[in-house]
Amino acid sequence: MHTTKNETAVEIVAMNKWYGQFHVLRDINLKVGRGERIVICGPSGSGKSTLIRCINRLEEHQKGKIIVDGTELTNDLKKIDEIRSDVGMVFQHFNLFPHLTVLENCTLAPIWVRKMPKKDAEEVARKYLERVRIPEQAMKYPGQLSGGQQQRVAIARALCMEPKIMLFDEPTSALDPEMVKEVLDTMVTLALDGMTMLCVTHEMGFARQVANRVVFMDVGQIVEANEPKEFFAHPQHERTKLFLSQILH
Amino acid sequence: MTGTTQTAYVAPAITAPLPPPIAVGGPVGWVRGNLLNSWSNAIVTIVSLYLIWAVAVPLINFLIIDAVWDGAGRADCLPEKVGHSVGACWPFIGAKFSQLVYGFYPWNLHWRVDLTFALGAVLLVPLMIPRAPLKMLNSILFFGVFPIVAFFLLVGGSFGLEHVETRSWGGLLVTLVVAVTGIVVSLPLGILLALGRRSHMPAVQGMCVIFIEFWRGVPLITVLFFATYMLPLFLPNTWTIDALLRVLVGVALFSAAYMAEVVRGGLQAIPRGQFEAASALGLGYWKTMGLIVLPQALRLVIPGIVNNFIGLFKDTTLVLIVSIFDFLGQMRAAFADPNWSTPVTLYTGFAFCGIVYFVFCFSMSRYSLFVERRLNTSHR
Amino acid sequence: MTGEREGPAARPRLAVLYNPKLRGIFYQLVLLAIMVWLGIEFALNAKTNLQAQKIATGFGFLDNTAGFGVNQSLIAYQESDTYGRVFFVGLLNTLVVSAFGIALATAIGFLVGVARLSNNWLIARLAGVYVEVIRNLPLLFQILFWYLAVLGALPAPRNAISVLDGVFLSNRGIAVPRPLFGEGSGLVLAAFAAGIVVTLMLRFWAQARQEKTGQQFPLGCAAAGLILGLPLLVMIAAGFPIGFELPQLRGFNFVGGVTMIPEFTALLIALSTYTAAFIAEIVRSGIQAVSRGQTEAAYSLGLKPGRTMSMVVIPQAMRVIIPPLTSQYLNLTKNSSLAVGIGYPDLFAVFAGTTLNQTGQAIEILAVTMAVYLVISLITSALMNWYNSRLQLVER
Repeated sequence: MHTTKNETAVEIVAMNKWYGQFHVLRDINLKVGRGERIVICGPSGSGKSTLIRCINRLEEHQKGKIIVDGTELTNDLKKIDEIRSDVGMVFQHFNLFPHLTVLENCTLAPIWVRKMPKKDAEEVARKYLERVRIPEQAMKYPGQLSGGQQQRVAIARALCMEPKIMLFDEPTSALDPEMVKEVLDTMVTLALDGMTMLCVTHEMGFARQVANRVVFMDVGQIVEANEPKEFFAHPQHERTKLFLSQILH
Repeated sequence: MTGTTQTAYVAPAITAPLPPPIAVGGPVGWVRGNLLNSWSNAIVTIVSLYLIWAVAVPLINFLIIDAVWDGAGRADCLPEKVGHSVGACWPFIGAKFSQLVYGFYPWNLHWRVDLTFALGAVLLVPLMIPRAPLKMLNSILFFGVFPIVAFFLLVGGSFGLEHVETRSWGGLLVTLVVAVTGIVVSLPLGILLALGRRSHMPAVQGMCVIFIEFWRGVPLITVLFFATYMLPLFLPNTWTIDALLRVLVGVALFSAAYMAEVVRGGLQAIPRGQFEAASALGLGYWKTMGLIVLPQALRLVIPGIVNNFIGLFKDTTLVLIVSIFDFLGQMRAAFADPNWSTPVTLYTGFAFCGIVYFVFCFSMSRYSLFVERRLNTSHR
Repeated sequence: MTGEREGPAARPRLAVLYNPKLRGIFYQLVLLAIMVWLGIEFALNAKTNLQAQKIATGFGFLDNTAGFGVNQSLIAYQESDTYGRVFFVGLLNTLVVSAFGIALATAIGFLVGVARLSNNWLIARLAGVYVEVIRNLPLLFQILFWYLAVLGALPAPRNAISVLDGVFLSNRGIAVPRPLFGEGSGLVLAAFAAGIVVTLMLRFWAQARQEKTGQQFPLGCAAAGLILGLPLLVMIAAGFPIGFELPQLRGFNFVGGVTMIPEFTALLIALSTYTAAFIAEIVRSGIQAVSRGQTEAAYSLGLKPGRTMSMVVIPQAMRVIIPPLTSQYLNLTKNSSLAVGIGYPDLFAVFAGTTLNQTGQAIEILAVTMAVYLVISLITSALMNWYNSRLQLVER
């Protein structure tokens, strides 16, 4: 693992993306500092998920630049693998591997990507499972856990790679209401530990509590960005005001 | 401007969407994205193009460009006469056409076969159109009345119609008779077997399971042999059973077992609540099944029934092994005609046969796919 | 489900009739009685019919001389052998064509199924066309096509098409070289075996080392070197003890080498390409059943595409693929009975075909034939159930 070259974790410059003829991301510029916590919100279809999926190249952009941890994302497969192993991602639908136990889910990548000895990998996995407060579920299969527990395993699985940046793609939207809090609490702990985070979420309480900046997206572009206090108190753009009036009653 | 202290940002205006760069959208982008996006993919594309070229060009040459369209005998399809290499010899099909469709059904009585086909088509088409009305009446006509009418029309011997022995039947007629009878008879049998398999009476359930698993475990050809050689031994020797009828019995038993499994799939898809609701209304077993469960389950298994029919239609070719000449059997017999013996006769026959089977089966499989999609959307 | 309405006003005399339990027993007894009656009736009819037609009964015929030739046999067989031996000749031929067919169909089917999911539009479409064309043509049609139109059209042995002067295609079949094991070839085989054993040991060692130190070992390359390279080295050292007997044209046919008769070849090609079309669909839907999210999750952890396939997608897809795949294997085995259409001497053709024709003992012969297929089916489904219960995903 190389030393930190600069203070910028992710830099996106004039980035554009199309799905066929459809212009999903329009001229995106975003700079995320190390240790910064960014919450991205916006109506559905505004391109927020696509944006963070571009950061670890689950989606390909067609114009502009994305620089992650000093490395530009190009078609170079080797660089993509490197970036992916330094960027953790948590999905809306958990995407745990159902045929592996919780522990195996967590050790798979450390063993095969980080080339860690199995014992060490398991030790690391148990440490993070402890941290998301489900160490006792290690030998169970994902199908045996509740949604909230599954999402916490997914977070632990990403953390086991000791990533420098964490991406969250609507981590609480698929959860029953009573399970949202346990996942958010885990994310807050992570934020307080200084993790660089980009979260697509509608949990505005979470945004107020931990975000350095809230980014509002609509029709594929960044409409407004500001620190949470200002963002919620004095939205500038018409679309932002409309959106906030719809989700905060 | 370091990351952490970036100032607030407000977009000046919402920008209009732009068309993708030429390298992404448009035909160029499509080709680059779908065919040439990596080295290995480019090689695959080239190999595929070669493959298409290598198959399509000779095929079109054979079927159309080099084909002979008019002629009265083998001489017209020989390269010496035509002057270039000969493709398909279509006059051969023309000459054998009646044999391929009717077998040796008497010439002057072909109208009876035509009428049966027409009647079947008229009843089947509205049955297959989901929006057509009177489904119940239509099904009764097709599954109940049509087979009886078709029987009297084809066999004759009453109502002033001349009797035609099944020995002289052949070609597409036999193919359709076997396949349609198989489905029409196996549907009620299959429903009973499926209900029996889910029954709580151990003797009924056991018997149905044995019956179903037995027929599904043996190849169709053994069933045809069973029906042809073994069945007559079990019946009183005063009964003489027609060869075609024996085959029909075998096919019906065989396909009933497969039908039972299809129907069982439909029954399993009906939620428990439906049974409970029916019981709560005080409906007995047969009323629950007949009024509530089966109407729903059968709608669900239409694609499965069509797929069974496709399978049966293809499997009908096997009757040629027990010396009943279906479409393929007639074609094979036609190859032996010295009047049409040319180097291309065999290929012409296979091409025609293949096209007919493909058109039938492919359109049915598309239909079953269409119903399946429709069911999937209406369920949400 | 026999919840008949039991009105409180039911007359006590008829209460027995309305008791669902008793009713069930009654129905079952009636059904059993009908079955027994049918059985007795059939047996009596069969007895009179057999006597009237002077057909022998029992399995004594198995010891009688068959008196007909068979054009492919894995065990020594001649016309003077018994029907019992004919049975085994046919059974072995069925098993051989099924085994080769299953292997080929699996290979083609997986290839086509993966091709259908390729991101190369052209190859995906081509694979789709293959599946649609093959699935929608009757199997017997395809067998006859390969036999009559393709293999039948090959030139006579005299003008056989030769591939590298070792393989000859003619209307008498496909002649391929036969390996000859000379002195010292035992050493080569021993080296081959040793290669496999060492590879297995290496696997254990590599796994243990991985667990301790995290270092990975290029097992694939090592295995290739050991299993293929080692015997090759020994072969060179021993002065090439394994040779090949090439087929040679003598008169009207080939001698030497191994000849695959056209009946076998046509049946094998038709069975495997036909079943492959169904397997391709199974493979495609199996892989598609693994949600895209699984791949994305693996990628986002930094796993490479190959590793993602082998550790995340395939293990999950196989659970979906294997049950229908087995039933396709079973179908292939049952469909091999269509051999009778072109005269390949499988179990059905020589036993239920020729032997039945000669002896007339339809009941015994068809019962035995059906029993063989049934036993194969039942064993396979028993194995399948066991496998399925082991692989069930654990759910809440």
